[in-house]
Amino acid sequence: MEVESDSHIHMCWQVLCTRTKKWPLADIISTVEFNYSGDLLATGDKGGRVVIFQREQENKSRPHSRGEYNVYSTFQSHEPEFDYLKSLEIEEKINKIRWLPQQNAAHFLLSTNDKTIKLWKISERDKRAEGYNLKDEDGRLRDPFRITALRVPILKPMDLMVEASPRRIFANAHTYHINSISVNSDHETYLSADDLRINLWHLEVTDRSFNIVDIKPANMEELTEVITAAEFHPHQCNVFVYSSSKGTIRLCDMRSSALCDRHSKFFEEPEDPSSRSFFSEIISSISDVKFSHSGRYMMSRDYLSVKVWDLNMESRPLETHQVHEYLRSKLCSLYENDCIFDKFECCWNGSDSAIMTGSYNNFFRMFDRDTRRDVTLEASRESSRPRASLKPRKVCAGGKRKKDEISVDSLDFNKKILHTAWHPADSVIAVAATNNLYIFQDKIN
Amino acid sequence: MSAEVPEAASAEEQKVMNNKLAWSLQPLIEMEDKVTSPEKAEEAKLKARYPHLGQKPGGSDFLRKRLQKGQKYFDSGDYNMAKAKMKNKQLPTAAPDKTEVTGDHIPTPQDLPQRKPSLVASKLAG
Repeated sequence: MEVESDSHIHMCWQVLCTRTKKWPLADIISTVEFNYSGDLLATGDKGGRVVIFQREQENKSRPHSRGEYNVYSTFQSHEPEFDYLKSLEIEEKINKIRWLPQQNAAHFLLSTNDKTIKLWKISERDKRAEGYNLKDEDGRLRDPFRITALRVPILKPMDLMVEASPRRIFANAHTYHINSISVNSDHETYLSADDLRINLWHLEVTDRSFNIVDIKPANMEELTEVITAAEFHPHQCNVFVYSSSKGTIRLCDMRSSALCDRHSKFFEEPEDPSSRSFFSEIISSISDVKFSHSGRYMMSRDYLSVKVWDLNMESRPLETHQVHEYLRSKLCSLYENDCIFDKFECCWNGSDSAIMTGSYNNFFRMFDRDTRRDVTLEASRESSRPRASLKPRKVCAGGKRKKDEISVDSLDFNKKILHTAWHPADSVIAVAATNNLYIFQDKIN
Repeated sequence: MSAEVPEAASAEEQKVMNNKLAWSLQPLIEMEDKVTSPEKAEEAKLKARYPHLGQKPGGSDFLRKRLQKGQKYFDSGDYNMAKAKMKNKQLPTAAPDKTEVTGDHIPTPQDLPQRKPSLVASKLAG
């Protein structure tokens, strides 16, 4: 597996390929995830569909250009449902996809909507048996009394067919809406988190799950915070974290007790009480939390910033990176149009030396932790030809606007990049902009 | 100040100059307030537009709205009819109603929030 030298992060990016869809609304991409090798990229959308892209073999004539990602498999993962008890519809939108580590020729992934998690098996079929005794080539049954000789069917190659089949359905364990799933490093269990509870499942068992966190108050009037994201530690199978709408992260150790309501570690940045406003709690709500690949750090995304935490230091984050601080003076209108509740995700690169997260106007931001440099790039139709370079963007907060800068007031808040993914080893990133998928690679001069 | 100010500046000229100075400092002072807390300025704006915000007791409105996500229907028949009709014309919608329906009374179609534009893909989606 080709690994880029991690001594410098590429601030120069170019288009590898783009995948766009014509149908609006139902095709809004709601999750993006590379598998463990990075050869497969899964996307889930608002219509309950999963599309998996596979990286093509590299072109020998262009040794420096990586393989493009082309559609490998498409299937309908979830259908819309109706909760009869509450008279509420259950959206088929795929909230999260998580791959399982590959153990045989087939690929497995977990996909979830608000209520139900499904384990899908994606397998290839490239051989077909011919010469059956009891049926014709077109499938019609032969009259057994007419058969005079027996033959052994032989396997013949056929066009590659990729089949997706649901192997497990984990249902009826969540009263509230599932926001996260995370596969454990033991490769046997996984957790699912909704607004108030986190459950632990075994991949083989669908009729039982264990509740490991329950923050539902006895009296719902006393509700002050909800769970916003949860993830297992990448190496320690007993450790997981969950974030809350109040800007806190709790680390729990499943060895300490069966119900992990009491945290082992509590991460919160102290707030200056004099700067508190109506918006403080809303913008401190953590929309995503991700462990680094090393397992030593974790990253949290709140509305305006990304924070990197050292697991050994609970008192304050190690680093804080401003994503779009210029929005602080727009909070009133962002509250009115609900954008203040947007949930942005964040991701690490393979070597944990860089982090990426999305913003508005189809902008996304990348931060190099070593050099302290950052860049704003745009995923747009205009610059989507293969190998087109991405020009760094700059937002002008106020005052005189320089040429090529964009003023805050002309940002399109409907064009949000909520979902991004970074290849586990290479400098290849996937960015979902509404219903378009952009795959960029670092620019090699 | 210019060194060329005539020594015998009249009292009136002095007054005008002082006023001018006072005026020139004004925007600086205002800007400082904004610079120190843009958030508070935004909060003031919000409070001006929605004076009743944040005064309801009990659990936060945001949280409650978050916990109850999803389109509410009168019953399963209503839901299935809505799905069947979504491709064609819109049903006559109820007046936009912001108040939530709780378990206190039996809801009627008029009580339910206005239907969002349907976005469930048709079965033709490949």
